[in-house]
Amino acid sequence: MTKYSLTIGHLYPDLLNLYGDRGNIIALQRRCIWRGIDVQIKEFKLNDDIDFSSLDIVFLGGGSDREQLLVCNRLKEIKDDINAYVDNNGVVIAICGGYQLLGHYYKLKNETIEGLSILDIYTESGDKRLIGNIVIESTQLRDQKKNPLTIVGFENHSGLTYINNHTPLGTVKYGYGNNGKDGSEGVLYKNVIGTYLHGPLLPKNPVLTDYILTKALQKAYPDSFEGLEPLDDSVENKAHEYMVKRLL
Amino acid sequence: MTYLRKLIAIWVAKAAIIAGKLMGKKSSSAPGSFALKIYPSILKDLSSQIKKEIIVVCGTNGKTTTNNMLCNLLTTNGYNVVCNHVGANMLEGVTTAFINSTGLFGNLKADYACIEVDEASTIKIFDHLTPSKIIITNLFRDQLDRYGEIDITIKLLEKALKKAPNAQLILNGDDPLTARFGWNSSHQCYYYGIDQNLNTEPSETKEGRFCTFCGEQLQYNYYHYSQLGDFFCPSCGFKRPELTFKAFHVNLQGGLQFDIEYNHSTIPLKVPYKGFYNIYNILASFSAAALIGTDFNSMNTAFERYKPQIGRMESFYLGKPVILNLSKNPAGFNQAISTVLQDRRNKDVMIVINDNAQDGRDISWIWDTDFERLAHPSIQSFVVSGIRKDDVAVRLKYAQIPLEHVTTYDNIKDAVIELVKHSGEVCYILVNYTALFNTQNILKKLEKSMKRRGTNDKV
Repeated sequence: MTKYSLTIGHLYPDLLNLYGDRGNIIALQRRCIWRGIDVQIKEFKLNDDIDFSSLDIVFLGGGSDREQLLVCNRLKEIKDDINAYVDNNGVVIAICGGYQLLGHYYKLKNETIEGLSILDIYTESGDKRLIGNIVIESTQLRDQKKNPLTIVGFENHSGLTYINNHTPLGTVKYGYGNNGKDGSEGVLYKNVIGTYLHGPLLPKNPVLTDYILTKALQKAYPDSFEGLEPLDDSVENKAHEYMVKRLL
Repeated sequence: MTYLRKLIAIWVAKAAIIAGKLMGKKSSSAPGSFALKIYPSILKDLSSQIKKEIIVVCGTNGKTTTNNMLCNLLTTNGYNVVCNHVGANMLEGVTTAFINSTGLFGNLKADYACIEVDEASTIKIFDHLTPSKIIITNLFRDQLDRYGEIDITIKLLEKALKKAPNAQLILNGDDPLTARFGWNSSHQCYYYGIDQNLNTEPSETKEGRFCTFCGEQLQYNYYHYSQLGDFFCPSCGFKRPELTFKAFHVNLQGGLQFDIEYNHSTIPLKVPYKGFYNIYNILASFSAAALIGTDFNSMNTAFERYKPQIGRMESFYLGKPVILNLSKNPAGFNQAISTVLQDRRNKDVMIVINDNAQDGRDISWIWDTDFERLAHPSIQSFVVSGIRKDDVAVRLKYAQIPLEHVTTYDNIKDAVIELVKHSGEVCYILVNYTALFNTQNILKKLEKSMKRRGTNDKV
């Protein structure tokens, strides 16, 4: 058996670290370790050089508007590198502010934050914050029983995102989602997942976490990867089910 | 006519306070809310009758303790003090506290008012009363779904301070997010802090790691916890200000022991309660009392006799010591973990997390908390309850705590009974806000029924 190893790049945790987002890194890391997969977490500061070809997963969290602006200015400088990474099927998980930055722009009341245009989406600030627990049903992923996968989380955003012709990550069963109007939540594009779901997203959605790890391993080991070893997820599933039952 | 309205407002509120007491309610905003509807100027009227000073305490953690300590210091010196003891800290709750101290004919005979105020309510409340001293204890990440990001809280407090231009500010000098209010401020400012390197390791999630003035990453000569410590900005020169009130010679074994230096005097303090953060609470209340001119000797006794409020490292005895602590945000929870680990005895730990409106609906903060430190050989087991017990179980699992050491219970009482059966010498119960009163009640009842049956019995 091949000994697998993955490198996760955590972009700017100094600035983008709202709402327990580091729980996502912990979830990815633990689920590798429990399976004997070597995993390395590289944290990048704003002015660090990033060699995207050395990364298997790129994680971008959420931050306040001020912090997001700092990050945005930096990301523009390395736009071509990120674009190449995504085109080459690199795995990206972008939450909330990180998700908005992948689009064309985020229009605030007095200014417009220009995004990376990796996704054909745009965001405009809304009048009220969309806050609360949320359940979505995935358009593409299936759970262990082959039913459409439910994903649970907590959203807290005032930006309203419109995703044009992109496939959403899921349809909203409870909560607001991308904009509170069209029933879509997030985006799934190539190996990029953009979403408003904090909570944090990954610990309570182990199927999604494993989907991300699978995509990263398939890319890193195209010839030898044979699939993830199953884990006992009863604790995670119980927390997941509790929220699904409470809301639906 | 105004006088009559005022009297009716007071009577209605007083009746509501009595009714609330009969129903066993501990803190209430309802009486104040009735009074404000009947006579909107009620708080303005009553607060203007305060003979000497109104002192307001705000900040994320330590408000209730600091405010109660200060009230204690003043009453020990023979003053009459209005105080919102149990922490009802929005406009209505503050009004209730004033009415509670007012006579039936609307006379308030009080020298001082010690009022803790919710940060988001300061602007509103400062329309009704004008403090002469404002203490800001600290600013931490707390209930982001209610308050928004910490920048928003800072802006609110800045606005509020403009409404009280003559107030003296008493600020935590170790906290860059708090000390900033005094930097280039027109207010008269005093700072307190811990002036000793205690070699604490920095925890992971820190707020305010960037200079609030120029955005540069702050550097530290040493840390205490979260973002508190001897900080400086290498770029613009913002740094921990000169401390007027300094704690040093800190000893955390047993209770707390340290010296305070102020105005060329050194005052030794020794108190029986735990918690490093209580040094800050003591410093903050000491500072205000010292500026008022309170005698140092009386302060020492007052601090020693101070009884921590409900669920602030509150001790019970159920065949062994059981310690209850309110831990409702990452900074508070991390400090509670430190206190648990400073106790070297073998122990069992219970965690109760709810997500009611007053707790904040978003419990993602448990992932910003260093649960990893709980994977410690002195902790033998974990018992988990509360509305979001399943989320806590997931958090513990990902903190590398073996699942066989974790049990979850729907019912808090069942959880407590199970907890004390475990083999540790001491139990710690960490709860968030809406679980506090319920858990405390259960502990009180169990303690009482054990005493009745003789102390040798098991629960």
